[in-house]
Amino acid sequence: MGYRISRRGLLHGAAGAAAIGALGGCAMGGDDSTDDAKGETSANNPLGVKEDAPLEVVIFNGGFGEEYAKAHEAMYQQRYPKAQIKHSATQQIAETLQPRFVAGDPPDVVNNSGASQIDFNGLVSQGALADLGELLDSPSRDDPNKKVRDTLLPGIVDVGSYDGKFLSLNYAYSAYGIWYSQKLFESRGWEYPKTWDDMIALCKTIKAAGIAPWTYPGKHSRYMSWPIVAAAGKMGGLDVLKALDNLEPNAWKHESVRAAAEAYYQLAVDGYLQPGAAGMDHIQAQTEWCRGKAAFLSCGSWLENEQKAVTPADFRMAIAPTPSLTTSDKMPFEAFRGTGSEPFIVPAKGKNVRGGLEYLRVMLSQQGASDFTRKVSSLTAVQGSSNGIELGPGLTSVTKMIEASNGGAFTWLYNSYYRKLERERIDAACAELFAKRINAAQWCDQVQKSADEFAQDPAIKKYKRA
Amino acid sequence: MWGKRLFIAVFLIPPLLLYGLFVVSPYAQAFQISGTDWSGLSPSYEFIGLENFRRLLGDGYFWNALRHNGLLLLLLPVVTILLGLFFASMISVGGRADRVGVHGVRGSGFYRVVYFFPQVLSVAIIGVLWKEMYAPHTGMINGFLRAVGLDGLAMAWLGDPRFSFWCVLVVLIWMNVGFYVVLFSAAMQSIPRDLYEAALLDGASRVTTLVRITVPLVWDTIQVAWVYLAIIAIDGFAVVQIITDGGPSSSSDVVGLRLYKTAFADGQFGYASAIGVAMFFLTLTVAVMFLRVTRRDRVEL
Repeated sequence: MGYRISRRGLLHGAAGAAAIGALGGCAMGGDDSTDDAKGETSANNPLGVKEDAPLEVVIFNGGFGEEYAKAHEAMYQQRYPKAQIKHSATQQIAETLQPRFVAGDPPDVVNNSGASQIDFNGLVSQGALADLGELLDSPSRDDPNKKVRDTLLPGIVDVGSYDGKFLSLNYAYSAYGIWYSQKLFESRGWEYPKTWDDMIALCKTIKAAGIAPWTYPGKHSRYMSWPIVAAAGKMGGLDVLKALDNLEPNAWKHESVRAAAEAYYQLAVDGYLQPGAAGMDHIQAQTEWCRGKAAFLSCGSWLENEQKAVTPADFRMAIAPTPSLTTSDKMPFEAFRGTGSEPFIVPAKGKNVRGGLEYLRVMLSQQGASDFTRKVSSLTAVQGSSNGIELGPGLTSVTKMIEASNGGAFTWLYNSYYRKLERERIDAACAELFAKRINAAQWCDQVQKSADEFAQDPAIKKYKRA
Repeated sequence: MWGKRLFIAVFLIPPLLLYGLFVVSPYAQAFQISGTDWSGLSPSYEFIGLENFRRLLGDGYFWNALRHNGLLLLLLPVVTILLGLFFASMISVGGRADRVGVHGVRGSGFYRVVYFFPQVLSVAIIGVLWKEMYAPHTGMINGFLRAVGLDGLAMAWLGDPRFSFWCVLVVLIWMNVGFYVVLFSAAMQSIPRDLYEAALLDGASRVTTLVRITVPLVWDTIQVAWVYLAIIAIDGFAVVQIITDGGPSSSSDVVGLRLYKTAFADGQFGYASAIGVAMFFLTLTVAVMFLRVTRRDRVEL
């Protein structure tokens, strides 16, 4: 050989050449054109779906699985037999779809849910979502004289709206509250407490009976922020929650938030939390509860479905609203946090936005909704869609709670506006609180500090809840 | 002459092109993206210069994560290499000397397989496995402690910021030691047996043999191990994400997890790329430093 190139020198040269090539065509290049297939509108086709336009649906394959979506797709296909439907399901929504949003080639309908949900703050601030307002104003599939908007449960439009635009349809309806086993309570003669004083008194009895009064998932301690914030809202009224959503200064230091934090901190101080709960994830904690090792658990209405495999047959799980903190709470005991979950979106740059809207209209029909409830044991955003369906004990008690509240459901939105605030910061603060490393006042300070951080971060788009 | 070059080029160029396309070019793009405010959800972005790096300097969560990587960097290579050397020398030369000469402890073939076992499992499985082992009521660790009467030592391991980082460190060591045992054993196989026999005749103890003969003769391999482990310590992402997800209260957070969450949970790809670029320089510096520091004269046989 005439001369020798060192291995290192060769690599350097190659790296340089490749780098120059790479900078030319990069990950951020994208196509801006939108090819929206629009057909004629008619009474039968109010959204103007092009009959033969293909439709692509991506489903989050989580607790609800994907079978329900296949049924919805079949219903869509029945109406538009010429449309080809491409269905896929994944747990990695963000990782799978992020490159497609960048390339301007997103699917037509996305169930943007799960741990790797695409951040709504990012999606909305980039204008990546189609306005679903047209869907709300279109006639429902069951009654042409009724708008889709009027078939939804209260709160569904609020929770999917960003700055007044309805951008995500939260299809499942989740009620949040405190769970207990009716069988256990009846056998011991206990009654669910309506005030916090009664709760503490009952906890004492429960502990004396050799059962841990409460358990919680310490690794996802935000589950315990739900009763705190709900109790604060019930005590101080909806304005307290709106202040939290709007990242107002000192919102987390409001008297009723502090009182609620104090109340739940009491559980830790008095030793009413199951020892070791700090190290459990949600499945571990819920399983302990199902095994009768603890009496109370904070969770949402998906609990029954999630625990199906390990719940004893006669357990009879039941949900109840958070106890009232004072006798002068602004909301009655029956008020609870009820809101949509399982967000569905129609990307603005999808090839078949009309089809996407129509697909959601199919989901919101009585047929689509009751099929969902039957398949996955969850209520939907559609009014009355669970009528005539035999529900499990947990879900039956959820519907009872909804009825008893007489429309008194409320919710907060900071977790959908600023996902990280709840998922990371409040989560961490609650872990500290219930492990007694900080007290209630410090908890308020710590969460307020995080909220201020979000309020001041220019990289985060702010929303205002009216 | 040209025929020979062509022959070499045919073998070298395709892998180099692939390497350039799938390894070097994403790296280069990360540098470019780190100078933008790209959200990762649309093709539009603006160049904001070094703003992301300025932000990085003031980001307490980043520094917290970096501190944990620093601790890993100090502890993981040292502990893993020491354990690896110890186990490897026991397997290869630790047995009692008898008529057969120098050999490993009894059952060394079995140990070799057992040590290597974690390497066969995927990181995801290791993560889930250990997560369940650490579980407070159903986990094996607390179960064992209770069984031997040490109830007081049973903890909510992953729920306690005092322990969560160390829990992760144990898993990282457990999953890596096996590979280095095999690597060091292979290196020790090439050491002539008569050296050990001579040392034995001179009355050298096992520790002396390990320090004076084995370690100098496998130094090259230790050096390589050191750099590998340093790179693993700067990463640590997968294990941390599965076992603790950085918690509780960021007590086991690492830079890789910060990067991942910033990109995929917060939708801030520009900032995440800046973290990636910082990590790149960090890894490079550490690798070069380690190679420099551990350089010493090679023992020629």
